[in-house]
Amino acid sequence: MAETDVIIGLEVHCQLDTKSKLFCGCDTDYRSDGPNTHVCPICLGLPGAMPSLNKRAIEYAMRVAKALNCTVIPESEFSRKNYFYPDLDKAYQITQYDKPLAEGGYLEIESDEGGERKIRLTRIHVEEDPGRLVHMGNVERGKYSLVDYNRAGIPLIEIVSEPDLRSPKEARKFLNKLRATLEYLNVFDSDKEGSLRVDANISIVGSERVEVKNITSYKGVEKALTFEITRQKNVLRRGQRVDRETRHFLESRGVTQSARSKELENDYRYFPEPDLRPLHVQSWVKDIVLPELPDARRERFMAQYGCSLNHARTLTGELKLANFFETVVSSDPKGLSTLAATWIADTLIGELNYRDMHLDPVDPESFTGLVHLLKAGTITDKSGVEVLRVMLDQRLKNETREIPAAIVARLNLAKTAGDTGAVTTAIEEAITENPKALEDYRAGKAGALNFLVGQVMKKTRGKADPGELNRMLIEALRKREA
Amino acid sequence: MAEKSIVFEPEDRYNAFLTVCNKPPHTDGKLAGIAVAVKDNISTRGIETTCASRILKGYVPPYDAHVVGLLRKSGAAIAGKTNMDEFGMGTTTENSAFGPTLNPCDTGRVPGGSSGGSAAAIAAGMVRMALGTDTGGSIRCPAAFCGITGLKPSYGRVSRYGLIAYANSLEQIGPMGKTVTDVSTLMEVIAGYDRHDSTSHNKPYTHTPKADIKGLKIGIPAEYFGPGVDPAVAGVVKKAIGRLEELGATTVPCSIPSMEYALAAYYVTCTCEASSNLARFDGVRYGPAADTKKQWHDAYQEVRRAGFGTEVRRRIMLGTFALTSGYYGKYYAKAQVARENVRKDFQRIFDGVDVIAGPTMPTVAFKLGEKSDPLSMYLADILTVPANLAGIPAISVPCGKADGMPVGLQIMGRHFDDERVVDVAYAYEQAVI
Repeated sequence: MAETDVIIGLEVHCQLDTKSKLFCGCDTDYRSDGPNTHVCPICLGLPGAMPSLNKRAIEYAMRVAKALNCTVIPESEFSRKNYFYPDLDKAYQITQYDKPLAEGGYLEIESDEGGERKIRLTRIHVEEDPGRLVHMGNVERGKYSLVDYNRAGIPLIEIVSEPDLRSPKEARKFLNKLRATLEYLNVFDSDKEGSLRVDANISIVGSERVEVKNITSYKGVEKALTFEITRQKNVLRRGQRVDRETRHFLESRGVTQSARSKELENDYRYFPEPDLRPLHVQSWVKDIVLPELPDARRERFMAQYGCSLNHARTLTGELKLANFFETVVSSDPKGLSTLAATWIADTLIGELNYRDMHLDPVDPESFTGLVHLLKAGTITDKSGVEVLRVMLDQRLKNETREIPAAIVARLNLAKTAGDTGAVTTAIEEAITENPKALEDYRAGKAGALNFLVGQVMKKTRGKADPGELNRMLIEALRKREA
Repeated sequence: MAEKSIVFEPEDRYNAFLTVCNKPPHTDGKLAGIAVAVKDNISTRGIETTCASRILKGYVPPYDAHVVGLLRKSGAAIAGKTNMDEFGMGTTTENSAFGPTLNPCDTGRVPGGSSGGSAAAIAAGMVRMALGTDTGGSIRCPAAFCGITGLKPSYGRVSRYGLIAYANSLEQIGPMGKTVTDVSTLMEVIAGYDRHDSTSHNKPYTHTPKADIKGLKIGIPAEYFGPGVDPAVAGVVKKAIGRLEELGATTVPCSIPSMEYALAAYYVTCTCEASSNLARFDGVRYGPAADTKKQWHDAYQEVRRAGFGTEVRRRIMLGTFALTSGYYGKYYAKAQVARENVRKDFQRIFDGVDVIAGPTMPTVAFKLGEKSDPLSMYLADILTVPANLAGIPAISVPCGKADGMPVGLQIMGRHFDDERVVDVAYAYEQAVI
């Protein structure tokens, strides 16, 4: 799909990882507790309760504003967004409307063509999360719905981008970069379920804009946008018009669905929140000390560890991964960095994704042990992968965990360097069993040698040192020729 | 501290109370054992709080308003919850879902509102002091009509935390009492900063009223004695001001041109805020429950239609309309400009005078049922709303009678100069005793 004609803007809502809620002292760590246990008169919107602002949440939001090069506005204010819904305890959400905390700014992402591209931001504002409904059955045909106000009052920031994104892939990159930045700033925990929600505005050049709401995962963004672009292009191809509308993304089915027209008629009747005073926090900006951010760390990884651009990008794309890498190489930065970068950015990530497994449970010390074994030439790359798989599976199945050296010993994976006996036998067997390959080799076909290497590796269960094997195999073939 | 209690079993002939606490507990302190009545829009832990509305029938708050906590700490005994116009919307206490309160001075007349229950309870001698709330005159009007004293404090002087909001930017909780001293004493207990109310200020009130007003300059705004003000009432108030002059004060004529827009600015602001504040009453969390078998929006409509009285519904609709996109600039934004003009007018006048004096209400208490159309009722607030728009302190102190009914003298002061308006009221009270 040629996507030069696609225009995408995102509105990203992120929960700020504060200890207490935005307008009351309730603990934000509600996910493992029962419904309606993290509530008080304020976040339940009981009659007479008033909000009092959590300064830490504002400070967190300002860290983000500074990191994203935004301008903090000298006077910002909170407004009420009025609408009825059972999860909204006060029947209005305290948010920011015409005087947001910060405006402007940008985030750099890797463009689809390679190189960096600045995605401009419109604004960042602070608001409270509503509670949530739990539908018994499904929304349409469920018997009833229950409401849980634990989430009500969790601080959110909404980051609004300009319509600068050109493809679903770029949107995904934007989100990944944003997530990394927020994590580096220590204001956001992407592991928490529902901590990020995205609304997307999508249009085909010259056509109406459609807002897709309710995207709740990183993968979902790419899926929803891809679906919506195809839908809009099909509409246009049929010679019809794309309606300006709001659609919901149904994550389970991977489709967007037109929102009922009733919801479109919402007039939020914004007006300034009379119970809170305007914010004058611009002077805080200078006191905010930013930590090293993803771009800076990527450059450092290239300079300090000699990482390739791709490896550095992958490793610094997640705070935990970057920290993991630096822990692993800390014992011998010079010796281990190249090997560790490859083994983490390529092998480990691949194996984790395959298992749908998180990095957290991987013990950096064990992993370092594995890299040391590879570095010392004790095991081959192929055996290394096998050891890693055992390590991850033990972790996943909650079995007794062995150190890499123990796995190598138990599975007899040590490289058979010097043990010409086993390798020689295997070589002889391989050549004898594959006369066609011998013939091809003699005929000068390059693939024949590789085929035979593969056969020998199979017989030695990968323990043969690849360099040594190559040398021995060529020698054996030369002998046969004689 | 040993738990004590008093016996409170008044004969409530005026329907002043919605809830009576017969054996209210109390501790030691400044108000030890004194029965204090609390308007029913102020949250009281464990005591039903309805705002005189069916929509909150049965609602028992799990927490105390900040001022109620302060009352309890001061040793006061919470004697009960007083009747009011539903959610504070009214000037007569006739808009109560639980029947009107009668004026103890003449049971054929209204006690004023919206804090009519508190005023009547004091006027009838059931309690010495009570808490009221004043959004556009709701403390001062019933104080004037019932012949007692009531103070609307400066905006920010008393925490609103726990006051069930009607119009947040205008209203204050304030003391009402038989005498200025009672009002001052109660003010001392309730004033001060509260971290739960971001609009409250660290301005505690520790003051003993002083009767010396020699050299005091009093502004007399022409608008407070103009058309619409009952000449009999104006006459009584002028005489009272003459009394203040005898005590050594001088008067300065002045004018508040912005008053022309004050009433409109007031009603736009309060209805807008109310439409948002009252949206939470949906039957999901408290009050009479919504029908869970219906679609939520149908259930909401049903609960709200049945739960709110006519005046409340009228104001919600007015406010909803005024905030609708496209009308915001025409109404709400304009009202804020008018409000700023009122504030500036007061500032200008206070450059030359210490306080401003005039009648609290343009008339004496209405007869029950007399004000049947809403607009003529709204017009009765003309002399009280300017103080709310400007956020300044204003007190009403009894100053005689017209047609046999009490008349209130209103003293307004600079923002946070609550002590001064109390002193002037005290000087008058002491002079006429």
